[in-house]
Amino acid sequence: MEVDNVVSTVREPLNWSGRWNHIQKVLERSGPFAHPDFEPSPDILGFLLNNCKLLVIGAGGLGCELLKNLTLTGFRHIDVIDMDTIDLSNLNRQFLFRQNDIGKAKATVASDFINNRVKGAEVVPHFCKIQDYDASFYKQFHIVVCGLDSIVARRWINGMLISLLEYDEDGNLDQTSVIPMVDGGTEGFKGNARIILPGLSACMECTLDLYPPQVNFPMCTIAHTPRQPEHCVEYVKVFGWEKEKPFGDAPIDGDNPEHIKWICGSACERAEQFGIQGVTYRLTQGVIKRIIPAVASTNAVIAAACSTEVFKLASSCGAPMNNYMVFNDADGVYTYTFEAEKSETCVACSQKPKTIHFKPTSQLRELIEFLCQDSMLQMKSPGITTTVNGNSKTLYMKSIPSIERATRPNLSKSLADLGLSSGQELIVADVTTPNSLIFILKLSDQRSAET
Amino acid sequence: MANKQNKYDRQLRLWGDHGQWCLENSKICLVNVTATGTETLKNLILPGIGSFVIVDKSRVNGEDAGSNFFLDPNAIGESKAKVATNLLLELNPEVKGEYIEEDVANILETNPHFFLSFTVVIACNLYGETLQKLAALFWCNNIPFVTCKSFGFIGYLRLVIPEHCIIESHPDNSHEDLRLDCPFEELCAYADTIDLDAMDKKDHSHTPYVIILYKYLMEWKKAHSGAMPKTWKEKKEFKKLVMSGIRKNADGVPEDEENFDEAVKQVNSALVPSCVPEKVQKIFNDPKCLQLTEESTDFWMMVGGLRQFVSNSENGLLPLRGSLPDMFSDSDKYIKLQNIYQGKAKQDMEAVTGHISQVCTKSGCGNGKISEKDIKRFCRNAHFLRVVRTRSLQSEYESPSKSIMDSLTSDEISDAVWYVLLRAVERFQSTNGRLPGMNNAEWESDVNRLKNCLYDLLKSWDIPGAVEAISDDFLQEMCRCGSSEIHSVASYMGGVTSHEVVKLITAQYIPICNSYIYNGYKSTSVTIDI
Repeated sequence: MEVDNVVSTVREPLNWSGRWNHIQKVLERSGPFAHPDFEPSPDILGFLLNNCKLLVIGAGGLGCELLKNLTLTGFRHIDVIDMDTIDLSNLNRQFLFRQNDIGKAKATVASDFINNRVKGAEVVPHFCKIQDYDASFYKQFHIVVCGLDSIVARRWINGMLISLLEYDEDGNLDQTSVIPMVDGGTEGFKGNARIILPGLSACMECTLDLYPPQVNFPMCTIAHTPRQPEHCVEYVKVFGWEKEKPFGDAPIDGDNPEHIKWICGSACERAEQFGIQGVTYRLTQGVIKRIIPAVASTNAVIAAACSTEVFKLASSCGAPMNNYMVFNDADGVYTYTFEAEKSETCVACSQKPKTIHFKPTSQLRELIEFLCQDSMLQMKSPGITTTVNGNSKTLYMKSIPSIERATRPNLSKSLADLGLSSGQELIVADVTTPNSLIFILKLSDQRSAET
Repeated sequence: MANKQNKYDRQLRLWGDHGQWCLENSKICLVNVTATGTETLKNLILPGIGSFVIVDKSRVNGEDAGSNFFLDPNAIGESKAKVATNLLLELNPEVKGEYIEEDVANILETNPHFFLSFTVVIACNLYGETLQKLAALFWCNNIPFVTCKSFGFIGYLRLVIPEHCIIESHPDNSHEDLRLDCPFEELCAYADTIDLDAMDKKDHSHTPYVIILYKYLMEWKKAHSGAMPKTWKEKKEFKKLVMSGIRKNADGVPEDEENFDEAVKQVNSALVPSCVPEKVQKIFNDPKCLQLTEESTDFWMMVGGLRQFVSNSENGLLPLRGSLPDMFSDSDKYIKLQNIYQGKAKQDMEAVTGHISQVCTKSGCGNGKISEKDIKRFCRNAHFLRVVRTRSLQSEYESPSKSIMDSLTSDEISDAVWYVLLRAVERFQSTNGRLPGMNNAEWESDVNRLKNCLYDLLKSWDIPGAVEAISDDFLQEMCRCGSSEIHSVASYMGGVTSHEVVKLITAQYIPICNSYIYNGYKSTSVTIDI
């Protein structure tokens, strides 16, 4: 390989002549649409190549595209996290994987492929969950890009990056502690891409109502009045499997074709009882695994939009999107870009503990239901502790069985009976956030509501 | 061997086995290896097109290898088409691919017939006469032609389609075909046997809302000389009437009857008059429908039969769709109702089949018998039929587009302005033999040259004054980018373009008509009918 003297600040044999010509044009030339702080210089490419550290979360449909795009636009030092292994059904879009990679860790195979194809790329794989790492890991990155398939995970990393923010004594944000998060999501022919600047712009929790919870079938429909083939499958999943134990004590494994086949057969029987048509293997699998349809094209579009934003954020050669784009190419091609607004009362990034209102006679279970069902909170299984009479007290914690058993009676006790008073600080932990959140409890006999 | 049903599962849920069949029997041609082009092909190979051919005479150079995932730096100096083909083939063992190391202009001269075997042809970075000639060839042969490129932060896509007929357009939101405004005989017969007042509590609260609305509409019509609720005030009154049907307990408190709540919510939707949608009416009046010949495609034959069905029917409506949305109800009542809708839909479908046969025989185009499956699918989607015809490329270049002219004279500059700039760039290319901003030394002085090209272009459109409406900032940025291909922008366009091609191959979902501009500066985009 020849040494390239166009890229003057990078003395590496990996930069063959002309390699970075395309991006150098926008990095080394000024333009009216660049970021106001932009100063064109060959040093910028040097920064991207040698100093900029990126974290890509997810090595699936979006992740594969992200790794390709980022390494082909000058980024070398990229860490990628994914806890999954490769499945046959991934191959229609996760193009870094081949037939013989099935069963291997996505992060590892993806990084090997990229490092091999894009000379000089140093992608480091992490075959684990994002929750396995703490602040000391995450703070090393300049930008975090997410290609996740879970809202809970997005909220977690959002919370993690917010926890890294530093404020001075006057409460001013130290902007050097801000790690931008670029997030993409896809579903069939729909997708979205957004930029989150923790502490500065709308975060995941600010706009949680953009992600309403999945709607489940009502239980009475499943149990008594099925009408659709999906209801029949759900019945077998919820009741039939437990009752018949077709494979001993084994729980349902959506990836096991024998399980799906059995469920399908059983669902067909139920469907026949009610005169319902349409139970098929594909439908059964879709219900059991909650399958979301996916194609290469949508993943390509959304990952590309995200990558372009990362490129602009890291280099300032263009102004970043402000700040949320939705995409749909089922009917024509439609995009809409808007500014999601930061909430002054956000539980995650406003630095103000949220106040919630209940009657003293309300039961603890009502409070917990509220934390789970409110569209701006959507917690999964919150654990609550507080201080009563100077002593730390666990009110309820579902996640640890022994504590769950011990605190279960509290659910039907009233807040007053539990010794809580108005103005009390409640410390709430949940899978949706790496750090506990503080809520201020206000008790009054007025109708319970929260501001 | 890979199990195709499993491998393609996630996409089969979007376009079905029949859509997949179309993909696997398609032949795609890519003219010119650019990052945009190879990314488009990647997104077609992964879902399993039948085969592809890449046409490109040029050799891999340093900058190509730097921004293209399918060009190897170890292959600098080799044929671009060959290298790209080999790396693309790795993506999917089911797909076949070949390359031709030839200049497309040459093939057009010596063997244009080569191009006619393709399902869709995609061309990147073609300009001037070659572009026009290629487009014209496909236009005459009714082959969809796609041209796309990335230019710095800007992406451009144009579909050139003489005629594309869609049965399964998969509308996102559509009204259900319940016919509550003109209930059919079988529905009336069943609903008339139901006496809501005589029902016990359980039955009453588990009766589907279709029946509830039917009953109360009957009551309303009796009191209003047969008229349906029409004004906002009337609909409000009607909703109150439906609510009044909710049973009350011993204390006079209304019971919890979810089916009635649902009925009230559905009133507005259910009262939308059943009709033949405007777009379908237009298709009925299309010359291709009115003059069927032996050459008519299955689509037009079915449209002809459908048209006859509608004009022969008492209510002047399309065949009943037959689908019933899920609604709160016990299983028995829901299934009974569903069977009634499905039965009527089948009846209508059989009648349509008869009309199709007649219409075919009459026009002498009855060679291939259209399958029952196809007619069934056609009838189920009768309300959503679409025919897409774009302007030819020749027409676009001969007479300026109204939508573009409008965009230049409006107050807000939309992303459509980038189209005008790309046309100016094309002019620059033919005047100067190169693209603006390619050389580091000259890029800034290219701004003025580009401005002159822009002026000439607008002059040819009779709007020379519009050059004032386009800020120099745009010209500056075009030269700054110097026709570079930023990989992420190329990849975005590869995604958008590939899905448009999939729509054309499968004839499902609706393609753009006819151009798309992506603005990577602001992450916005626009579709323009140029």
